[in-house]
Amino acid sequence: MTISIDPQKTNNESLQPKGWLRYFSFSLDHKVIGIQYLVCGFLFYLIGGTLASAIRIELASPMSDFMPRDVYNQVLTLHGTIMIFLWIVPVVNGAFGNYLIPFYVGARDMAFPRLNAVAFWLIPPSGLMLVASYFVEGAAQAGWTAYPPLSITTPQSGQIIWILSVLLLGGSSIFGGINFIATIIKLRRPGLKLMQLPMYCWAMLGTSLLVVLSTPVLAGTLILLSFDIIAHTGFFNPVLGGNVVVYQHLFWFYSHPAVYIMVLPAFGLVSEILPIHARKPLFGYTTMVFSIMGIVVLGLVVWAHHMFTSGTPPWMRLFFTIATAFIAVPTGIKFFNWVATLWGGKISINSAMLFSCGFIINFVFGGITGVALAQVPFDIHVHDTYFVVAHFHYIVYGGTVFIIFSSIYHWFPKATGKMLNEKLGILHFIITFIGFNLCFAPQHWLGLNGMPRRVAEYDPQFQFVNQISSLGALLMAISTIPFLINVFLSLRNGKDAGDNPWNALTPEWLTSSPPPVENWEGEAPLVPEPYGYGKEFSEQK
Amino acid sequence: MLNKNIYLILIISLVFAISFWIGFNVNLLPAEASINAPIYDELFKILFIIGLIIFIGMTIAVIYSLFKFRKRNDQIGDGIALEGNLSLEIVWTIIPSIIVLLIGLYSYNIYDRMGGMKELNHNHEMMTSNTEKIWAGISQNSDNEIAINNLSIEVSAMQFAFLFNYPKGNFISGELHVPVDQKVSMKMESKDVIHAFWVPEFRIKQDIIPGQPTILNFTPTKVGKYPIICAELCGPYHGGMRASIIVEKESDYNEWFNKNKKPEVNL
Repeated sequence: MTISIDPQKTNNESLQPKGWLRYFSFSLDHKVIGIQYLVCGFLFYLIGGTLASAIRIELASPMSDFMPRDVYNQVLTLHGTIMIFLWIVPVVNGAFGNYLIPFYVGARDMAFPRLNAVAFWLIPPSGLMLVASYFVEGAAQAGWTAYPPLSITTPQSGQIIWILSVLLLGGSSIFGGINFIATIIKLRRPGLKLMQLPMYCWAMLGTSLLVVLSTPVLAGTLILLSFDIIAHTGFFNPVLGGNVVVYQHLFWFYSHPAVYIMVLPAFGLVSEILPIHARKPLFGYTTMVFSIMGIVVLGLVVWAHHMFTSGTPPWMRLFFTIATAFIAVPTGIKFFNWVATLWGGKISINSAMLFSCGFIINFVFGGITGVALAQVPFDIHVHDTYFVVAHFHYIVYGGTVFIIFSSIYHWFPKATGKMLNEKLGILHFIITFIGFNLCFAPQHWLGLNGMPRRVAEYDPQFQFVNQISSLGALLMAISTIPFLINVFLSLRNGKDAGDNPWNALTPEWLTSSPPPVENWEGEAPLVPEPYGYGKEFSEQK
Repeated sequence: MLNKNIYLILIISLVFAISFWIGFNVNLLPAEASINAPIYDELFKILFIIGLIIFIGMTIAVIYSLFKFRKRNDQIGDGIALEGNLSLEIVWTIIPSIIVLLIGLYSYNIYDRMGGMKELNHNHEMMTSNTEKIWAGISQNSDNEIAINNLSIEVSAMQFAFLFNYPKGNFISGELHVPVDQKVSMKMESKDVIHAFWVPEFRIKQDIIPGQPTILNFTPTKVGKYPIICAELCGPYHGGMRASIIVEKESDYNEWFNKNKKPEVNL
């Protein structure tokens, strides 16, 4: 089923601002919304990154001497919340999802354009509110996990603003999820079968199912927590007979799937990028689809591995160990398939490809420590230490953020009609890759040897390794500079990209760059084989 | 073809050799000072070696592909139109499944040897008096005989300190003193927010929860002074919430105990 949009009726084209002002409007165009998500997310990434730098400056010396201790806790809480809810989740889902999904299914827009715009416009106010809460009475300082009773006993206004802001962001995420499911299922152009969709559609379908199933649980939990804070109810407050462990179950029922909400779209994006730059079909399409759905199902039943030390009965620990470790199987399949996609290709070594390969290496490392952490006896020693900090940064930064950058290098020509500078891009990759590994690899050792996470001070014997880590963080901060220079220079006077600079087969490249409002001048092209690379070549032979 | 296979086998054996060498020669862990520690380190070594093999193998595969299959300037056209290989995909589904399953069973065994899988509602001197459900962390022996001879300590945690109550001596200490090679049994409860009791050299950790006592048993094996670290974010001074555990010879311990012991109050 397709929808035909009459611009006069639905979009009020004439009333929409033109040019860059579009990006500050309540635009219904999925491409505008995608870019709104991306730029907004990136601005919050800069804020979150500044906070991360503040943390690494504090940890460059063993004493708590850079900022007051309670401010340090606010900084780490805001860093985590901003990076997860305002950078990674909106960008890998909202930005690339909105930009690409309508192209991939052959639609002219998302299923619910207004809901889509609402979903985006919830983000800037809630993000600003979160950042501004610092100036009220101090921001939330109970960590992004907001475990009670700490979140109940710390200054209330910051915590309440934090809850409101996360609720709004969760709402935005649910709106987005519903929209993606509806678009992928109902808006496919006639003749396009599910099993012909580009892999990113499958990733977004799986992710959106997780969003829709688990985010409401977080919302309910946070509402109960806010009752405990404002109305002195006793859901999680032990003084009033509440149970603090129940909160942890409810919180992780969302927040573990949240990890997959952050990485599954990245898996989808890398599945689009690798075949194009390796000039080969995506290896094992069907197993990729099944492994995404396997991760979705398993991802919902592993949450208690975050709670191995908090008091869970032994059978539960055993179940969650096995379930968690088994996620490595579908995930592993995807990684083997990507390497097999590279194998025998004609690989262009460019920024998009390098960031994708950096992603594979970093994520394999993070996945291996993840399987180790799933083992109860292993986890009991390193739980809540820098080992865990290192592990999840390998997943979300080394994994997802690398793919965000890879995707920007890959789709920038489509969205702007200009190529990004390759030399600056490769410089960006090298500094990011070295800085990232220098920052986080040593933290595994710190955790194993006795440095807990979320501390402003530590034993002097950890100073040297912490300084290496801070040096890595400095490099990561510096790496943003060539990237920003690249984006601004290329926007002004980058090389013209043409419609299809990568010679790609997926539908977004079969239109002009940047694409027209309704995506294609004529009818949406039918692309039954989005990864049909090499076919023409072998036929010619 | 034969040559290619020989190279492949050579590279794989080299990856294995390097991984085993690193696994056995690089020590990333602190000193071992409890019964748990060597068991933990055994698991760590195995996971470390398996992880290294996979990581080095994958990294070599990616870098080799980038180098070997990079597009040369004179090349046009695409790579081979290979869309999948069912038998290969089955192989790399089944092998990881087996590895993961074996790791799971092995860590179950490790956990059992640490005493984690034992039923928690056995008669324990601290639990006989109340029927409340107590969640436990790791414990070593289910032998009631030994359990009775345990050194029992009640731990209370608060922002930002640990207090150790020795019920037999009727005194409270800010330092945890325990005799070497004797099982210690601790009942822990928090007075305010969630804390955690972590001794890296013992490889044990257990959250201390308000309104919900937790049990942690351990047996120190090496005389010395080790840090007790709070591992759960508990407020501004979380990083400074530390105490010490002093493992000493039984005679030294008894001397310390008798010095601090308060006479029983007879009413």
